[in-house]
Amino acid sequence: MSNAPRPAASQFIIIGERTNITGSPKFARAVKAGDWDACVAIARQQVESGAHVIDVNVDEALIDGEATMVRFLNLIASEPEISRVPVMVDSSKWSVLEAGLKCLQGKSIVNSISLKDGEEEFLRRARLVRRYGAAAVVMAFDEKGQASTRDAKVQICTRAYGLLTGAGFPAQDIIFDPNILTIATGIEEHNHYAVDFFEATRLIKATLPHAKVSGGVSNVSFAFRGNNPVREAIHAVFLFHAIEAGLDMAIVNAGMLAVYEEIPKDLLERVEDVVLDRRPDATERLVAFADELKALQGGGSKMEAREDLAWRSDPVEQRLSHALVKGIDAYVEADAEEARKDTARYPRPLNIIEGPLMDGMRVVGDLFGAGKMFLPQVVKSARVMKRAVAYLTPFMEEEKRRLVASGGTARSHGRIVLATVKGDVHDIGKNIVGVVLACNNYEVVDLGVLVPCERILAAAAEAKADVIGLSGLITPSLDEMVHVAREMRRTGLDVPLLIGGATTSAAHTAVRIAPEYPPGVVHVLDASRVVNVVGGLLSPQAKTEFMADVAAKQAKQREDFAARRARKPLLPLAVARERRPRTDWASADIPRPGFTGARTFRDVALSDVVPYIDWGPFFSAWELHGRFPEILTDPVVGEEATKLHADAQRLLARVVREGLYTANAVIGFWPCNSCGDDIEVYADEGRSSTLATLCMLRQQLEKPDGQPNLCLSDFVAPRESGRLDYVGGFAVTSGHGVDKLAASFRAAGDDYSAIMSQALGDRLAEAMAELFHKRARDAWGFGAAEGLSVADLIRERYRGIRPAPGYPACPDHTEKRVLFRILGAEASTGITLTESCAMAPASSVSGMYFAHPDAKYFGVGKLGRDQIEDYALRKAWTIAEAEKWLGPYLEYEAG
Amino acid sequence: MATPRESGSFAALRRLFDSRIAVLDGAMGTMIQARCLGERDFRGSRFAGHPKDLKGNNDLLSISRPDVIEAIHAEYFAAGADIVEANTFNSTSISQSDYGTEGLVAELNAAAVAAARRAAAKAQDIEPGRPRFVAGAMGPLSRTLSMSPDVNRPDFRAVTWDQVVSAYLEQARALAAAGVDAILVETIFDTLNAKAALFALETLFDETGTRLPVMASVTITDASGRTLSGQTIGAFYASIAHANPFSVGINCALGGRQMRPYVEELASIASCYVTCYPNAGLPNAFGGYDESPADMAAVLGEFASNGWLNMVGGCCGSTPAHIAAIAAAVRGIPARRPPAQDPSMRLSGLERLVVA
Repeated sequence: MSNAPRPAASQFIIIGERTNITGSPKFARAVKAGDWDACVAIARQQVESGAHVIDVNVDEALIDGEATMVRFLNLIASEPEISRVPVMVDSSKWSVLEAGLKCLQGKSIVNSISLKDGEEEFLRRARLVRRYGAAAVVMAFDEKGQASTRDAKVQICTRAYGLLTGAGFPAQDIIFDPNILTIATGIEEHNHYAVDFFEATRLIKATLPHAKVSGGVSNVSFAFRGNNPVREAIHAVFLFHAIEAGLDMAIVNAGMLAVYEEIPKDLLERVEDVVLDRRPDATERLVAFADELKALQGGGSKMEAREDLAWRSDPVEQRLSHALVKGIDAYVEADAEEARKDTARYPRPLNIIEGPLMDGMRVVGDLFGAGKMFLPQVVKSARVMKRAVAYLTPFMEEEKRRLVASGGTARSHGRIVLATVKGDVHDIGKNIVGVVLACNNYEVVDLGVLVPCERILAAAAEAKADVIGLSGLITPSLDEMVHVAREMRRTGLDVPLLIGGATTSAAHTAVRIAPEYPPGVVHVLDASRVVNVVGGLLSPQAKTEFMADVAAKQAKQREDFAARRARKPLLPLAVARERRPRTDWASADIPRPGFTGARTFRDVALSDVVPYIDWGPFFSAWELHGRFPEILTDPVVGEEATKLHADAQRLLARVVREGLYTANAVIGFWPCNSCGDDIEVYADEGRSSTLATLCMLRQQLEKPDGQPNLCLSDFVAPRESGRLDYVGGFAVTSGHGVDKLAASFRAAGDDYSAIMSQALGDRLAEAMAELFHKRARDAWGFGAAEGLSVADLIRERYRGIRPAPGYPACPDHTEKRVLFRILGAEASTGITLTESCAMAPASSVSGMYFAHPDAKYFGVGKLGRDQIEDYALRKAWTIAEAEKWLGPYLEYEAG
Repeated sequence: MATPRESGSFAALRRLFDSRIAVLDGAMGTMIQARCLGERDFRGSRFAGHPKDLKGNNDLLSISRPDVIEAIHAEYFAAGADIVEANTFNSTSISQSDYGTEGLVAELNAAAVAAARRAAAKAQDIEPGRPRFVAGAMGPLSRTLSMSPDVNRPDFRAVTWDQVVSAYLEQARALAAAGVDAILVETIFDTLNAKAALFALETLFDETGTRLPVMASVTITDASGRTLSGQTIGAFYASIAHANPFSVGINCALGGRQMRPYVEELASIASCYVTCYPNAGLPNAFGGYDESPADMAAVLGEFASNGWLNMVGGCCGSTPAHIAAIAAAVRGIPARRPPAQDPSMRLSGLERLVVA
């Protein structure tokens, strides 16, 4: 809070004096003891108390002034809450001033230069002050000494003003200090000093345009040292009159300014008598009054300077977070200790790091990301973190020793190899990452900058790295990172790879780097996130989920990227077809299914279906995100997920027991060949007649590095290959009965169970699809030898695919009509197609089976006008019909 | 000591800046990258046996492939640039020491200016009567004076003020000797480094007795609206105004759209000319830049029509096509008239403090 002397003086500039060794014994002690934290705290207290500028003075006989000035200014430069204000570099030694000016990025003030050593030296220094980009305090001091009278003050200042402005020094960067001298000393000639100052100020302001006036106020009351209430009153009175005379700024104790209006009347009258030299006995009267006052109050100040410590009464978790966000390390050890003693909440010291401390760092990361904190603050937060961790480390080591002593094994946190890649020399961010990791007890091997790939690989092997981190700032580094990832794969590394640096991004990592290195590549947005990431990667419990989460996000980013990239020109259809994948059909393994034509399965026992349920999407349907079964123990949603799962199991058991849903399926196989992008389905193996034509679409986006442009027909032997191939089809449902059950719940006002009924219907339909795909593979022959668990089945670790019309690989929903016709699906399963080709009941799935060993799911992506025209021809549609059914996939504006 | 006289280019540049919005060139790095030069190009025969990798040391191409550098300048002049930046962004001993080429500073700067000068002369032959200018680029350094590279030692600095001044002075001497028309201290992310560069320039002007126009351009790094060293745009301008820059501006890091509030603020406070040469948008995921020439031209055209600008151009990702579009967009729009300096004292830490 700013204690400006009075409201009218809101423009008045307060220069904090407590970081002046000559004015603050506390600062002097801290500097001499080398207690830098205390020094910084004093500076912070001044700014928090409302100082607009801080005065820094380290003049002391036994101190190396240059080194001390540099060190202190560098220290406060990394404290944004202090360095947001300008600095007044204060010394009687020019070399100390110059050393200070070399450390200050802002426009500062030099305190001071004067004519003491003559005009030439005065102008030389002024020119240098200007060249360093500072304003200057000019003392009313000349070759003859210090000016004490009004006229001497004005005369020296006027002379200096003429010299400076004549040499091109801007008038507005001149701050005169016409010497505030001590009054009430008992020496009569001193009694008028304050009035001399006021009058000189008034004249300087009136006659020397744009120049400013400043002064060190504490000096005026020096005679009353030890009696703070009186000193504070004198300062307030002095400032009141000086500001009225035109004083622009003053060096004061920013936390100890009394308010003129609040000075008790009797004290005010006596102080004004002294300051304004109103009566000859003013000094004696004030001294007598001061003695009384001192006897009464014990000399203490009534306005104690205090930093804002309200946050200290918050709970310890909030205090730790506050300290991290504000970068205050004064209390962090005490707070860490308090948390450590709370063994009920934090059984292990590590829990404090992983809990409240990391929570605080996350806040820092979020604020940084949102532009509400900037780099220096983040770096400072890292330092507070380090201090807390350093405090907790001995306790963790003790714990480790006890563990080893009791026969356990101690596990190191892990070792991380960091490098700025070849061709890049930027390493500020990487260094911060290294420090943050080291703070969290990881062992960091930093290879430096311009590190060639081979060295990274060698160091990773030698150090047995648990994680490798690559950093880069310039564009070409992105390619180098891809190269390193590729080489890591080639040389058989399997540790996670972290990517960071200004040009890197989650999207680039997902699209270009991650596919090169299957063991896992994680983009780290900034240093404040790295501990979470590495923690996730190196925790055996959390890793699977963490990597699954990363993989899912990266898959999404790749999709988004593909979608965005679609704006780029597509390949002409002919070129895309030319770039189809090549299969050596002569030697291809084409299994013959155990039957051809369609087979129907009615009233499938739901108990056979239940084991194939994939519960993951069930939780997503309820907007609870996470993998099953880990989600059941998730700290945030675990409880809710567990309840939901239990309710689902109960209802599912009832559905199965009472046969509330009817499950039907039809699957079929037919001889076929591809013909261009179409698949011709034959009535028999002699190909005597064509039963149907399945029309497929082909990717037209240009692919990187010779990757093919896919179409589902590529997975079927072409007619001209001379081989006969087979395609399958299926339609399954578990939806009959779902609507009825849901309606009955709804009628009873139980929406929860109604939604649950539908969600279970969907899960059962998907499980049916999985079950019958298994049966289809068995019929094809190759399924019999699979020996896969249900979990593996859900992860699709088998040969072949079952793409569904309307989904990315074959986005035309109308192909369902063809499929349903050859399967006879409506009659056999009771599923009907709506006019927009949706299936009713909703809990139904249909699709095609492909057995080609390379068959995989893909997205067709955007389609060019040429393919739409070609497709319309194949489907015997008008162009408009084709554009209607494939609207979302058009690369161009239809119509 | 006599006050240095203004160079001849001062008056010519002032005429240009007063008559219309001047056009600076676009990215050098992007144009070099597009040529897919290999390690061999960077080395040429002269550095064939150099012990460190040289690919990426773009400034070295002024010596090993001057044809490439001159051709890029020629493309920018043809696109309508009035001023090109010599290929000297990293030609200081400190930056070159990363490649072990710190001994080449004088030669690098001389070769770069010579290539730009040749292109300027040819452009003037093609279009006589239209002056073309060469500015010596002085980029930031990989070592900063305001920030510690070691968070455990916040008082530590990887480099000293005197080292930075002497590195910049060495470069500035070479640039001045090679005959640049102006000096562009650019992509400033640590104001203290920039102040050391300005200090070196003042020292140079005292040495030669001639003052060159000094253009300063700062980089706002992110959404905080601050420099990397934490200053606001107002604090930055207060910190460098003592050097009486010919112009002050913003470049790099952000696209024009993201720069808008800062350009506006700078235009409202600067008593010298104001410049803006953004990146072609924010870098996308692949290190490329997405803003088309039309996009950039629209943004800078809007700034210009608000009366904010005296010079436009492009930074990372911009190409001659961008510059041509930008030049067309600002054609006919009156240049900003710098306001008279109001006589307040302006101090700054990370933020600005105005004492009326």
